[in-house]
Amino acid sequence: MTDQNKPNTSGPNAGGNLPEPVVKHRRFNASWIWLVPAVAALIGLSLVINAWRQQGPSITISFQTAQGLESGKTVVKYKDVVIGKVTGIHLSQDHSKVIVKVDLEKSAGGIAVSDSRFWVVRPRIGLGGVSGIDTLLSGSFIGVDVGKSTQTQTDFVGLENPPSVLHDSRGKSFILHSGDLGSLDIGSPVYYRRIQVGRVASYKLDDDGKGVTLQIFIDSPHDKLVTTESRFWNASGVDVTISAEGLKLNTQSLATVLAGGVAFNDAPGPHPDEKTAEENATFSLFDTEANAMAPPNGEPRYIVMRFDQPLRGLTVDAPVEFRGINFGHVVSIRMDYDEKTDKFPIYVGALIYPERLGRVHTKLEAIAKSHGDNDMSQIVTTMVAKGLRAQAKVGNLLTGQLFISLDIVPKAPKVPGYDPNARPLQIPTIPGSFDKLQEQMAQIVDKLSKIPFDAIGNNLNHTLADLDSTIKQVNGNLLPAFQDTLKGVNRTMGTANQTLGTANSALSADSPLQQNLAGTLQELQRMARSLRALTDYLNTQPSSLIRGRSKDAPLPDTSTPTAQPQQGSKP
Amino acid sequence: MSALPRAHELGLIGCHVCGLVCRDTQIDHAACPRCGSSLHRRKPYSCMRTWALLIAAFIFYIPANVLPIMRTVSLGDVDDNTILSGVIELWQKDSPDLAVIVFTASIVVPMMKFLVIGTLLLSAHRGTPWARRQRAALYRLVEFVGYWSMLDVFVVALLTALVQFGFFSQVEPLPGVVYFGLTVVLTMLASQSFDPRLIWDCQDDDD
Repeated sequence: MTDQNKPNTSGPNAGGNLPEPVVKHRRFNASWIWLVPAVAALIGLSLVINAWRQQGPSITISFQTAQGLESGKTVVKYKDVVIGKVTGIHLSQDHSKVIVKVDLEKSAGGIAVSDSRFWVVRPRIGLGGVSGIDTLLSGSFIGVDVGKSTQTQTDFVGLENPPSVLHDSRGKSFILHSGDLGSLDIGSPVYYRRIQVGRVASYKLDDDGKGVTLQIFIDSPHDKLVTTESRFWNASGVDVTISAEGLKLNTQSLATVLAGGVAFNDAPGPHPDEKTAEENATFSLFDTEANAMAPPNGEPRYIVMRFDQPLRGLTVDAPVEFRGINFGHVVSIRMDYDEKTDKFPIYVGALIYPERLGRVHTKLEAIAKSHGDNDMSQIVTTMVAKGLRAQAKVGNLLTGQLFISLDIVPKAPKVPGYDPNARPLQIPTIPGSFDKLQEQMAQIVDKLSKIPFDAIGNNLNHTLADLDSTIKQVNGNLLPAFQDTLKGVNRTMGTANQTLGTANSALSADSPLQQNLAGTLQELQRMARSLRALTDYLNTQPSSLIRGRSKDAPLPDTSTPTAQPQQGSKP
Repeated sequence: MSALPRAHELGLIGCHVCGLVCRDTQIDHAACPRCGSSLHRRKPYSCMRTWALLIAAFIFYIPANVLPIMRTVSLGDVDDNTILSGVIELWQKDSPDLAVIVFTASIVVPMMKFLVIGTLLLSAHRGTPWARRQRAALYRLVEFVGYWSMLDVFVVALLTALVQFGFFSQVEPLPGVVYFGLTVVLTMLASQSFDPRLIWDCQDDDD
């Protein structure tokens, strides 16, 4: 080519005797050298093509701060796989945000959809735990939660905190309504029997500002534990109860006490129609387990009661009971002035939860519905007519705390001009039992005070004086006479005694009377014996009565009296 | 100064290997009758080969600079560096001397080689007698510097072998260093395939 090897045979041939080169077959053509740049070009081209093919979409993410982000170094990771790299960081037009430009890889192009979420993974240390600790040394990276949408998007707003629920998490979301958030936060744990089964995904204030709506996420397979009968309560804090069983302290785990958490469980009792809750089912979040496990409150109703007696000891939150069943609490106590009666009535407002009364409510509601009475005011009117009254009763004799008790009092005085359409609903009142007791006591004391104790005393005094003089009289006159009489009696008695002694001596064994009597009886015996001998003789010798005694029979006469039984009876 | 005749004017050709001088018979694939090595007055197709290798080297030089050559992992902090970003990092981290060395070895020298060889080729192609001594000096410079061009590759290879402390510190080579090595090899081959005698092959040899 450029080699100047053209033959120059015209020149002087200096080496006539020099050796001639031999012919050597060249192995390959010199043009093959062009394969080297061709291969280089091919490699280069393949690199370019590869890079171009790997080039995914370029997206921008806005963050509040670029802390930990570094252009050309910070990567975007999904499931810990690098799918992109930050290629530029600059401020937004109004300097309020940081715009981070990210080049995604071709294979990760699908993540740039409208519901994908991006956040910066940095080390976070909170009460709920520590996360992203590995980024302390390796530097932050951008985490992705890939959405399920099919609509592509290139501009994203980054999250300042990692989302607690990712799109590919298996489980169910549920909605909780609560009065306030308590110490809950995004990521706060949800416990079932003290095992963490989920977490709080998000929360927001209700549109009317009267409550908080939380979204919780229960991981599979625990999501099936949430049933239509499940009750949720705020497990943060310490539950101290003093009951008849003593002091009872109930907490969830220590972390929950500090950082807050939600617990749930089935309501006690059998649930025949219990079934697994649907996705996004709505529940109430109660402040304590006890409240959660109580029968469902349902819709609260506001009632007002006017008390004419002082209500010392009644506080806000004092219970409202119907026949001893707690179904509401006092929310306001206001005083008023009534010009007509010149009294200071107290208006007590209370929230009641009729559903806590269970079947009472359901049945009454059904009756009300059948009468076309939607807000049950008719039923209440009827019940007021039957004697529904509120009373402030003493709940605790020591502290004198009052509670409101609703009951049917049959003998209650009629309420003139009860307005069933007044809102809020009015419940007439009667004085409480304690007040009544007080009143009756007062009446008794009144009556007692009316008794003329002075006069009675005076009269009693006079009577006693009279009695005294009478007794003195008795002592002076009557007693000596009585003494004489007694003496007489004594003498009479002595005489009687003598008489009796005489009688006694007369009757004694050695008395002459007795001896005489014995002698007389002996004589009588002898007489009876001789009489018998006579009769026996007469029996054997009846003729003797006429002829007299015979003289020839003296011998048998002597032997017979020993053999005869008559001799044996001789004393 | 044109008194001295040139070899081709005398119809002579010398063997590059054993120094045997033969008669130039104008045959294509001549070989030395003594040692058997190929016999040519100038390196055959020197310019073509040099051009081809130079172009290939230049093509490889692009990915060598664009792609990262080395990954440094230090306490989990992964850092990929291209040649230029490494130089900038060294400069920013208060090692300007090192930065200068690396910059010279990796940027200045290859670029200089491209320029020098390209200039030599162009001037040889045109056969101009312009600055022949300086061009010869440049060629010698290129030849000399070529031995040192692999500095970067050596650094990466050494660090990769030595710095292997797992999580704490680790150095890994990345594809860029391969392309850089190829660039260096190809530029060396290009400078070798260039026949410096072409500098002097011109009509007007009044130097």
